This record gives sequence, structure tokens and C-alpha cells, in this order.
Amino acid sequence: MRYLFRTDYRQDMALWRHKGDLFWYGLLVVGLLVIPMAMGEFYVGELGGLFIFAIAGVSLMLLVGYTGLISLGHSAFLGIGAYVNSVLLAKGVPFIVTLPAAGLFTALCGAAIGWPTLRMSGLYLAIATLAFGSIVGTIFQKWTSVTGGFDGFPVPTPDIFGYPIEGATGIYYVSLLVLIFVIWLTANLLRTPVGRAMVAIRDSEVSAQSMGIHIARYKALAFAISAGMTGLAGALFAHYVRYLAPDAFDVLLSVQFVTIVFVGGLGSIHGAVFGAIFVRLLPQAIAIVRDDLPFGIGRMPGLEPSLFGLVLVLVILFQPGGINGLWLKTKHWFQAFPLKRQASFRRQKSYARSERLK
Amino acid sequence: MEDAARLLQLIVNGAAAGCIYGLIALGFVLIYKATEMVNFAQGEIMMLGAFVAYTLISHFGMSYWAGFLLAICITAVFGYLLDAVVLRRVIGQPQFAVVMLTLGLGFIFRAAAGIGWGYDPVGFNTPFTNRTVGAGSLILGQDNVSIIVGTVVLCGILFVFFSKTRVGVAMQASSQNQLAAYYMGIPVRRIFSLIWAIAAGVAAIAGILLSPVSMIDVNMGFLGIKAFAAAVIGGFGSIPGSVIGGVLVGIVEQLAGYYLPVGFQEVTSNVVLLGMLILRPQGLFAERMGKRV
Amino acid sequence: MTVLFKAEDISVRFGGIRAVDSVSFDVNKGEVFSIIGPNGAGKTTIFNLISRIYNTTEGKLTFDGQDFTHTPPNKIAGLGIARTFQNIELFANASLLQNLLIGRHCHSTVGILSQMAFLPSARRAELQHREKVEDVIAFLGLQRYRDTLIANLPYGVRKVVELGRALCTEPKLLLLDEPSSGLNVEETEGMGFWIEDIKKDLGITVIMVEHDMALVSQVSDRVMALNYGKVLAMGTSHEVQTHPEVIRAYIGGDVEAEA
Repeated sequence: MRYLFRTDYRQDMALWRHKGDLFWYGLLVVGLLVIPMAMGEFYVGELGGLFIFAIAGVSLMLLVGYTGLISLGHSAFLGIGAYVNSVLLAKGVPFIVTLPAAGLFTALCGAAIGWPTLRMSGLYLAIATLAFGSIVGTIFQKWTSVTGGFDGFPVPTPDIFGYPIEGATGIYYVSLLVLIFVIWLTANLLRTPVGRAMVAIRDSEVSAQSMGIHIARYKALAFAISAGMTGLAGALFAHYVRYLAPDAFDVLLSVQFVTIVFVGGLGSIHGAVFGAIFVRLLPQAIAIVRDDLPFGIGRMPGLEPSLFGLVLVLVILFQPGGINGLWLKTKHWFQAFPLKRQASFRRQKSYARSERLK
Repeated sequence: MEDAARLLQLIVNGAAAGCIYGLIALGFVLIYKATEMVNFAQGEIMMLGAFVAYTLISHFGMSYWAGFLLAICITAVFGYLLDAVVLRRVIGQPQFAVVMLTLGLGFIFRAAAGIGWGYDPVGFNTPFTNRTVGAGSLILGQDNVSIIVGTVVLCGILFVFFSKTRVGVAMQASSQNQLAAYYMGIPVRRIFSLIWAIAAGVAAIAGILLSPVSMIDVNMGFLGIKAFAAAVIGGFGSIPGSVIGGVLVGIVEQLAGYYLPVGFQEVTSNVVLLGMLILRPQGLFAERMGKRV
Repeated sequence: MTVLFKAEDISVRFGGIRAVDSVSFDVNKGEVFSIIGPNGAGKTTIFNLISRIYNTTEGKLTFDGQDFTHTPPNKIAGLGIARTFQNIELFANASLLQNLLIGRHCHSTVGILSQMAFLPSARRAELQHREKVEDVIAFLGLQRYRDTLIANLPYGVRKVVELGRALCTEPKLLLLDEPSSGLNVEETEGMGFWIEDIKKDLGITVIMVEHDMALVSQVSDRVMALNYGKVLAMGTSHEVQTHPEVIRAYIGGDVEAEA
């Protein structure tokens, strides 16, 4: 077991706890940079998709895990990012502009929907974002002059300074870059007053307010940042699928994003990445075992969503820390072996905390 | 004259659809008032209730009314167990965790219904199917009228239950102050499970009343999303408010379907919901209050 | 002696009830001012009025010569008024250090974009915040719990942490809502010493709502007794505790008959 001896406040502010962390993260990045040279096109493509989901996961983690606000409408932000990026590209705007434009425009949409709805707490926000998502989904379908409706929208191949970003490998590298950027932004937020204000709002609005935090402003900000990062993911998603269909951005996708956050483990950036891995692997795993399942379960139409539902239920009931919590427990078990303590991770008994306004 | 009749027709159809939304919303409100949880699977419970009635009536050859009552009871027991076995475990977790939990349960119920009853829409014969009542130039489907009458009767029963019976009063007390109710010797946990049972029973009634109007299939639970608009209009705290809210949503939706271009009808309830939350989040009937410290 | 805080005829009505009924008092710089009274007397309501969580129906609040009757609640900390809560409102899923850092929020001036990019300006500001926070940690002797989650701390420690969080805002006026509630005798005594140190060493003015009369007598310069939202008596701790109206409010019945 490693004990940290702090000699400087700077150590608390660093993004890694010690040199070992830095080494492993570096190794991971190097590994990810090399992978496309060693793997087939299909796996590179799937990994690229995983990065895109991880971006959305991190952005939603900031909102749900750190600010304590739920959103069931993030697929709409993904869709807005995807369409803004693709429509601008089709008009001849370079990718280097369309990608940030997609992020910024989606952030504005997030703030616009966020500002009025943020006076509401958990439940109302869930319902409002659900409604927002379905309205945006309908707009994608009906605004055929821009989105092409159900005919779909072919996404042009992007290029950066004349170098075309082609195939799975190109999207893979861009997505990896954006993912690292998004994680860096989020980590920075969390070590500065803005991120702490969000955590404060999550845990106690009343005392956050008395500490000088403008609650509505920070909630809207969290919403805007989260939406904007999801918009970036959306722009990349457009290139990942290459052909935009309006019904891709439905409630189920939003639920998948929230599943990433819950299964990964609330309140942890690692968790968002773990969750994204899980959510992307599950359909693959189903595809592999589909034909071997008894009673024709494998060919059941609603198999995937119901499995997501089941996992979500099991995680919330039995493993509220998610995969990240499980990982921490395992690590602790090995580090402390054989001095395992039952009480280390025992959950505190808690009571219903009323959010009701009295 | 014909326009007026058509308008009236639309309003009655809308009110009938709205009663269904109102009944589902009523379940949301009951559970929310008592436990501060929102059951996103309420629409799926309605779907299960309708399927149970279908099995009892079409497969076991029960009469409509016997199947109706038994299906309500079975669904209510299911609701009770759902709370006792699953929801009780998440007390103290953040509200959005409960939202996701019930959302997940909804997916599971839909899959379970798909396995049990298949993915093809089904229906059963009711005394109201394909019959009409006429009043002057106005011709109304008995199915729609039965929904409206059924909702009114149910609201009456619930009103008497909550104001006159011991259990009903205990439920009201537990909703208003859990701790005080507990000290008064009310078994708060069991009361909460009973509230879930009532909410599930009401959802089943909604499903069965709806069955002559639209077929039963695994996706009928998505109606629950529209019911949110109803509950929000009612301020998420008022039982009559949610039913009135439901009727309003239903009527607006019908009118939008007739007077606005295609495609607007589906989003009407969502637009109403968002507009309501932005302009008057406390609902039409509730007063605004602040958290105590 | 200069007046730091002044409440003039403040009232608040909830429905038909006057929870606070034209209460006036002023607090001098550097004193500990206690508010006592039976349950429901309106003590915490006064705190909520000062924190601007509730709007005053009538009256005027002045701090440091500045009228803040209509200042939004999130600006109160910036004025120099910090508070604690009766039932502890800490950020339970954050570490002690983070909790105290949140107390520094009203002193953060760096722009959001610089924070997102963690520019040198953000880094410098962050270092300053941390130095201030470490001072408070040292002052209250909380070093061993520095990285512990609040949810895993014992109740008594949490009370001290909440005090520390309020101190991190560098207040001129500290509102303590029942600092001893839920504490045992020893912890209450400790709390008394903290309050005295805060007054003497840090020179912070304190308004305290408290039930524990021993603590009130130990630390208070002046005491105000309330009942049904009205001022019963004001003066030194001894004067108020022996005031017939106050005794009647606590014990009930007719004082003259007993005397």
C-alpha cells in the first residue's frame, strides 16, 4: 500500500496523485496511439465509437455525477451537434471550424433549455429534459429542408488543412484527441471553484447559496458545458455513422448515456470511461451469444434495451458505486490483503432526504 | 352546426384520452406525494394490467367485469410487491437514482410482456366496443364515454377512500409527515406499499378502459410520458389537479391533431409540458413553498 | 464601540402567522450576541432572514452601514456574513478539504474559461485559497480528517467542519445556529472554546442561537430572549436568565404566583 506524503499544496492540485499514475496514464495514451497500426478496421472503428460514447459519458458525468442534475435529453444534444457539424460541412465550412461550432452551438442550446428549467429539482428536470429530447427528435424528422428527414443526411468526409480524415482510423484519432481534451477540461473544472460550486449544489443547495454560489447560474453553466461537450461527441458521431438518420437520437440513446454514468459510478471521471466501455461492449457481447441463447431469447426484439434496464436496476440496487466503486474495492482488497476490513466500504445508513419544498 | 358538432366530438375524444393520461398521472402523484419517488414505469404497469385482463378474459373465458376486477387486484398486488421488494431498498439514494431505477424497471416490464404475450397487438371484447350513444346530431363511441364515466366514478371512490376510511386517512397522514405518522403508530412502510398498490390498480383500470379504444401492445406504456404533462399541470401534488390536467392535455392534443399540420399532435403534450414547467412550474393548482433549514 | 449589524423592526409573516414580529437589535463589533428562546420562538427564522433565505415582510437590515434588506442570498457571504446550520448542511460526498475550499467561493475572481484551462492565474488563485484553508484547518486542529469524506466523519467533527467552512469565507459576522445541538458535554465545552477563540484571536463578531444555557453564559456578551417572534428581554446573560418574562416563557404559568 502506498502512502502519500504531501510536502506542498500543489500536490493536491495536480491531476495525478503521484508519478506512478502519470506513468500508467502515459502508457495508456501511447498504447491507444499505436493500436490502429496493429488492429483491423472494424475494431478501430468500434474503439472510435467507444471514445465518442466516453466523451458523452464524461460530459453527462459532470452534470449528473458532479452537479446532481439528471438529463434524459442528452441524445438531443448529440443530435444537434451531429447535424450542425454535418450541415456546415456540406456548405463547405472546414472541419476545424465546424467541430468547435457544433460544440458551441450545442452549449448555447443547453444554456437556453437549462436556464428556465433549472429552477426545478431532480424529478422535474428529468421530465423536462425527456420532453425536450422528444421535441428535438421530432424537429429532426420534420425539418426536412435541413436534415433531410427520414431520407437521411450523408455526412461529408472532413479534412484538416487539406488532409482528409478518412475511414475508421481518422475518426479514431480525432475522437481520442477530443476525449483527452474533454477529460482535461473536466478535471480542471473539478480542481477549481467552478467545479466545487457544482459539487456544492449537488450536496446542499441551501448551504451552497449561503457560501455565495449563484445556484441558477452554476446549474445553467453545468448544463451548457455538458451539452457543449456532448455536441462535440455528436459532431464525431456523425462521422462515425456517416449517414444521419433522425430516429437515431431517441430516448433510448439518452437512457444509454445515463446508464454509462450510473454503471460507471457516479462522481468519477474514470467511471464515465468504464461505463462507456460497458455500454459499448454489451451489444457486442449480445451479438456473440445471440444464437446460443435458449428459448429464442436472442432473437427477441427488445433484448438490448431490457438488458440495459436490468443492469441499471441491479447497479442502483446493489452496487451504487458502479464499476468504479467495484474497482476501488478490488484495489483496496489487494493492497490491504490479508487485512481486509468488512467495514471499509460499508454503506452508511441513510434516510430519505426530503427534496420537497415545505 | 356541423363544425360545432365536430368540435364537440373532438373535445369528447380528447377528454377520453385525457382521462387515461389523468389516471396514469394520478398514480404518479399518489406515489410522489407519499414517498417523493416518481414511478417512470407507471405506463408499463398500465400495459401489464391490460395484458392481465386480456389473458383472464380471452384465455380463461372470464366475463368482462370479473376479469376487470381480478386484473385490478393482480396488478395492485404486483405494485405492492414492487415497492416492498425493490423500491424500499433505495430510500435515501438521490432522487434521480430512483428515476433511473424505475425507468430501468419499465424496460424490463416491456421485455417481460414481450416474452409473455408477444409483440403483436391484441384486444378483447368489451361491452363498449363498437357501440355508440347518440344525442341529437352528436354520435359518441361508448368506449370513450365509458372511459370518462369510469374516471369520474373512480375519482369519487378515491375521494371517499382518502377522506373517510381509516387506511385512507393514515395514507394522507403519512404523506404529510412520515415521522409524525410513524410515532402515531401508523405502519408507514406498509402504507407506502399500499399506496403503490393503489397506484398500480389505478393504472390497470386505465389500461382496461383504454383497451376498446386502442389495441393492447407492449409499447402502450409510452403513454406514461404524456401523463407527465398532466401531472405537471396539476402541480404534482393534487389528485383532482392531475385528472383535470390530463383532460386538458387530451383535448389540446386532439385539437392540435385536427387544426395543425401533421406531426404536431405527437409533440403537443411535450410542448405543453415544457411550457408549463417554464412558465408555471408549481402547476395550476399548487402554491409555492421553500425548503426548510 | 461601533455597531456592525443592525436589525430595525424586522417582521416576517407566513400565511397568517407572524413568525418574527417587529424585532430590533444591534450587534457591536467584536461581541458575541446570543439569541435564546423556546422552540418555535423565531430564532432560526431570524437567521434565515439575515441570510436572505426568507424575505423580510417589514423592517430593515443593515450590515457595516450598508442596507442589505434586498440583497440576493448568494451575495450575503461576499458582504462578510457567514453561517452554520442547525442540522448541519455540509457537502456530504466531498472531502473535508473540498468543503472548506467551497467556503472560499465568494473570494474567487478568476474567469470560468481560465479555470477550465487551468491558466497560471487560476493556479495562483487556487494556491492562495489553499493556503487560507490550511490556516483554518490548523486553527481548528482538523489535520487528521483533511481528506476524509464528510459522510464518514463523526457528528461532533462535522459541527467543527461547518464552523471551519464558515471561517473560510473570512467573515466579519458569523451566525451560529445551535452550535452545541447534538454534541455531548465535552464537545460542547470544546465548541465554547472555539467560539471564544474566534472572538478573541480572529476578531469576528458572532450571533449565536443556542439552547445550552451554560454555553450561552460562558461566551455571550449580551443575550436576547425571544418568544412567539417578539423580544422578551435583552441584556447580559444573567439579566436575561433572571428576567421574569423569560422564566415565564420557559416554565409557563404565572411567575408572580411562584414568587
